[in-house]
Amino acid sequence: MNIHEYDKRKYILGGAVLLVLITYIVQLFSLQILNDQYKSKADSNAFYKKTLYPTRGLIYDRNGKLLVYNRPAYDITFVPREVKKHGLDTLELCRALNITREDFDSYMKKARKRRGYSSYTEQEFMTQLSTEEFAQFQEKLFRFRGFYARKRSIRQYEYDAGGVLFGDIGEVSQKKIDKDPYYKRGDYIGTQGLEASYEVQLRGHKGTEMLLRDAHGRIQGKYRDGALDTLPVRGKDLTLGLDIELQRLGERLMKNKIGSIVAIEPATGEILCMVSSPSYDPRQLTGRARGENHKRLSSDKRKPLLNRAIMGTYPPGSTFKTSQALTFLQEGAITPQTTFPCHNGFLLKGFRLGCHAHYSPIPLVPAIATSCNAYFCWGLHRMFGSNKYANIQEAMDTWRDYMVSMGFGYKLGIDLPGEVRGMIPNSKYYDRHLGKYWKATTVVSISIGQGEVTLTPLQIANLGATIANRGEYIAPHLVSKIEGDTLKKEYLTPKKTMAGKEAYEQVVMGMREAVLNGTCRGANIPGWEVCGKTGTAQNRGKDHSAFMGFAPMNNPKIAIAVYVENGGFGAVYGVPIGALIMELYLNGKLSEESEIKAKEIEERIIYYGTDER
Amino acid sequence: MERTRGNIFSRIDWWIIALFITLAVMGWLSICGASYSYIETDFLAFFDQSERTGKQAMWMGISILAGLVLLCIDKNTYKDLSPVIYIGAIALGILTIFIARDIKGSRSWISIGSFSIQPAEFMKFATTLALASFMGRYGFNITKNSDFFKCVGIILLPMLIIVGQNETGSALVYLSLFLVLYREGMSGITLLMVISAVVYFVVGIRYGETPSDALPSMMVGPYAVTILIQAFSLAMIKWWCKHSETAKIMLLLNISVSLLSYLVAVYLIAFNLMIIQYLLLAFNVGYLLIRARINRETRNVWVAAYIVGAIAFFGSCEYVLHNVLKPHQRVRIEVLLGLKEDLAGAGYNVHQSKIAIGSGGAFGKGFLNGTQTKLKYVPEQDTDFIFCTIGEEQGFIGSVAVLVVFTAFILRLIALAERQNDIFGRVYGYALAAIFFFHFTINVGMVIGIMPVIGIPLPFFSYGGSSFLGFSILLFTFLRIDADREARA
Repeated sequence: MNIHEYDKRKYILGGAVLLVLITYIVQLFSLQILNDQYKSKADSNAFYKKTLYPTRGLIYDRNGKLLVYNRPAYDITFVPREVKKHGLDTLELCRALNITREDFDSYMKKARKRRGYSSYTEQEFMTQLSTEEFAQFQEKLFRFRGFYARKRSIRQYEYDAGGVLFGDIGEVSQKKIDKDPYYKRGDYIGTQGLEASYEVQLRGHKGTEMLLRDAHGRIQGKYRDGALDTLPVRGKDLTLGLDIELQRLGERLMKNKIGSIVAIEPATGEILCMVSSPSYDPRQLTGRARGENHKRLSSDKRKPLLNRAIMGTYPPGSTFKTSQALTFLQEGAITPQTTFPCHNGFLLKGFRLGCHAHYSPIPLVPAIATSCNAYFCWGLHRMFGSNKYANIQEAMDTWRDYMVSMGFGYKLGIDLPGEVRGMIPNSKYYDRHLGKYWKATTVVSISIGQGEVTLTPLQIANLGATIANRGEYIAPHLVSKIEGDTLKKEYLTPKKTMAGKEAYEQVVMGMREAVLNGTCRGANIPGWEVCGKTGTAQNRGKDHSAFMGFAPMNNPKIAIAVYVENGGFGAVYGVPIGALIMELYLNGKLSEESEIKAKEIEERIIYYGTDER
Repeated sequence: MERTRGNIFSRIDWWIIALFITLAVMGWLSICGASYSYIETDFLAFFDQSERTGKQAMWMGISILAGLVLLCIDKNTYKDLSPVIYIGAIALGILTIFIARDIKGSRSWISIGSFSIQPAEFMKFATTLALASFMGRYGFNITKNSDFFKCVGIILLPMLIIVGQNETGSALVYLSLFLVLYREGMSGITLLMVISAVVYFVVGIRYGETPSDALPSMMVGPYAVTILIQAFSLAMIKWWCKHSETAKIMLLLNISVSLLSYLVAVYLIAFNLMIIQYLLLAFNVGYLLIRARINRETRNVWVAAYIVGAIAFFGSCEYVLHNVLKPHQRVRIEVLLGLKEDLAGAGYNVHQSKIAIGSGGAFGKGFLNGTQTKLKYVPEQDTDFIFCTIGEEQGFIGSVAVLVVFTAFILRLIALAERQNDIFGRVYGYALAAIFFFHFTINVGMVIGIMPVIGIPLPFFSYGGSSFLGFSILLFTFLRIDADREARA
């Protein structure tokens, strides 16, 4: 045997060693260089990105009174698999949480039905326990293995009023999460009212803490001593133009009535109060009873969650006559001296529109003061018949332009979601419905705020503000100040209407006369020059009672609209309610006499039947 | 007889010393990385005797001292004492089974005071020495069956004892000694048979119940085995029978039929591919037998027999595993093949280890900055899975550096073995290289996810005093043997 026969085998063996080396380098290359999924897997393994929730911005009223704030609440969660593993003394748990066995079963059932249920992760058992409720449970928490408590911050309200304005927060929807990566499942987001329209300002900015988590899920400390952590940024506080006392009085006065009150500070467009009745106490929607109360409110046929002030459209009735006077004067259809006859109504070629008894013929100022229907029908007839316009269509569209310039027919752009635009017809509308050959008499009811015209109570109040300002307005808005931020430009710059100052002075005189000697005598407030206009809007049922006014006549501080569904004459509900609100705002308190009146109105009930409203 | 014995330090191979020190330092730093926790940050704590790093440092010191002592022991002493050492180690091994405490089912540790040692580590040394000494005897001829089987006996005896200690992983290391037999003239076919048998067993059983991605009704294991049988038999035809033409024709046929049937099954009609594969193998057997008849090629018959034998072997493996072995024995094999983890937690160890290594990227997260290893995502991270720490903290660059140094170390051992002028020295050197090679291949392969989970340490890296001392003894003995190579007894 040749001793060197097998020498070349050293190359085979050495080659095998090198082959292994190359194979392993290739594998390492594919693991470490080509593949990047391991990096993210390692991160999700080791890093627990803990979200630090900022506190939501607070909301104050115009006098600095705290309206909306945050309160800790506790959600009780459980990990089904852990509970199953360790067993559970159900009776003991029910006792600790002060719930019945039936409650327990129903919470468990609800948790199982929820989207994204997993037996490995924390599931909601009960939500929004108060600190007191939780304190009792916390002592015994260790006995219920697999159960956990999660602290959250929920909204709390200082007053019983303003619910529909503040709105609501709730868990963010999947749709929103898909659209905005800021939100993660389980986050809260403003869903209604100011909470929704100022969500971005109120929410602040979430922070994160990078924690290291070991293989057993235990937190081992901060990653790189917190170098990558971000602190949460607290939400911005909002200050409203709202006067909470005004709001409370309004909601009190509107008890057992359906309708709205909107008060605006004319100079700024700030909403002083915005009542939508029936209203609800926002405090009902926090804490454990939230779910039940929310269900009750949202199934209520009178829709207390609807903000009628911006979502309800009504015929403005006689309050609208002021806008007509402005248009006719500006267009030269009438002068302040123009008189029209009224013999219990407007009579033309067999067409008749009734009016109440007053002297005749009558000029503009008393026509406004007594709310003469005929005067405004004649005015519209004269304007639409004027040869200033090529045809009635042009006249109609000119009229429409005036109305739009006063803020009707389109959204005013208030800082609340869900505002509707109301209805101002144009010539095309009538062409479509009546054919080309319609006459002023066909549409004449628009001049007295009936017919096709509908406005929101906000638009009526804004009309008051416009008159108070003698021809301009700032888009009405609730928020007057955002901490460290500025308001939208449209809430700072006035808009002009198409009517001139002189025309406005005439209307102001008419409205002042109405309070002194006309339909609004009940609106008089001692010591203040109040201007007002009633409205009694016809509709299928009993007339709606409306009032629009402002005070004082010069340098007005408050403009108001009151609208009470089926309240009858304007003077019955609209006027006294409007007067009380203005009095409280102007004097800071109600006189004894007014207090009695307020109580009396508060106790009055209008019966609406059981139909859905 | 020429005697040129100067100072021992002028004659030892400093290359291997340098590589050894490099590996030892890298290893110790890796243990620092693996056992460092975020809670304590004091670097001096690494030398604390109560810490694993401190213990390891102490063992490293002991090992080097032992190494220096070993350098003073003359080569001939080993030759003379090897039977005694072997018998002593075997006796100790058997004793261990009875006196060792049961640690996770393994009876391989003997506690002396606060330290535990694993006699299996010293059995490696004894076996290597015995093998070298036996093969170095005058007149030894491996092609003689009696000598060959005596060698196999020397290797298998400690293997059986270690299997008895329930350390199947460590037992497998002895298989690497067949590489030494190969170098010394054992038939390549024998080596191929041993390797192919191990591969069939591991692949077939390991993936026996893993459904294929493309064809869920088919298991990956058996299919892969049929392909491997084709590959091995074709390799035999080409290099053993030296029939390149036949090999080429059969290769073409096998590949095209396999590929075609695979594509048809995946994209057109799903059917049992195994039938095609078995038909193909049957055809190969028939073809070889016909060729053997026509051309009087006996080697073709052997290849045919190999194919039939391989199928029979694989079939019997499955049969034995599922029908003959008792459940706890089966579990042991399944654990060895990494099947147990799969059943319990979807290959948790390897999965986490790949995440740790993969997350290291090109340059790693930096020394002591690994998150996966610090946070104990990888079990056994300072022992069997130590390479994870390197992969995570040192990245691709660092991992490759370790692999290269290790490979250089093994190749240097082979080079040293080759320069020995007697069979004793060469066998000892090759045995050493083979053992390191086996540990290296299996351990790193397991950690990077291409070898089954067999719990054996990475020499000089994995935490463990016995392991470090055992490898050091193996190495330093060889250093002295190498230094003495010109000195003839």
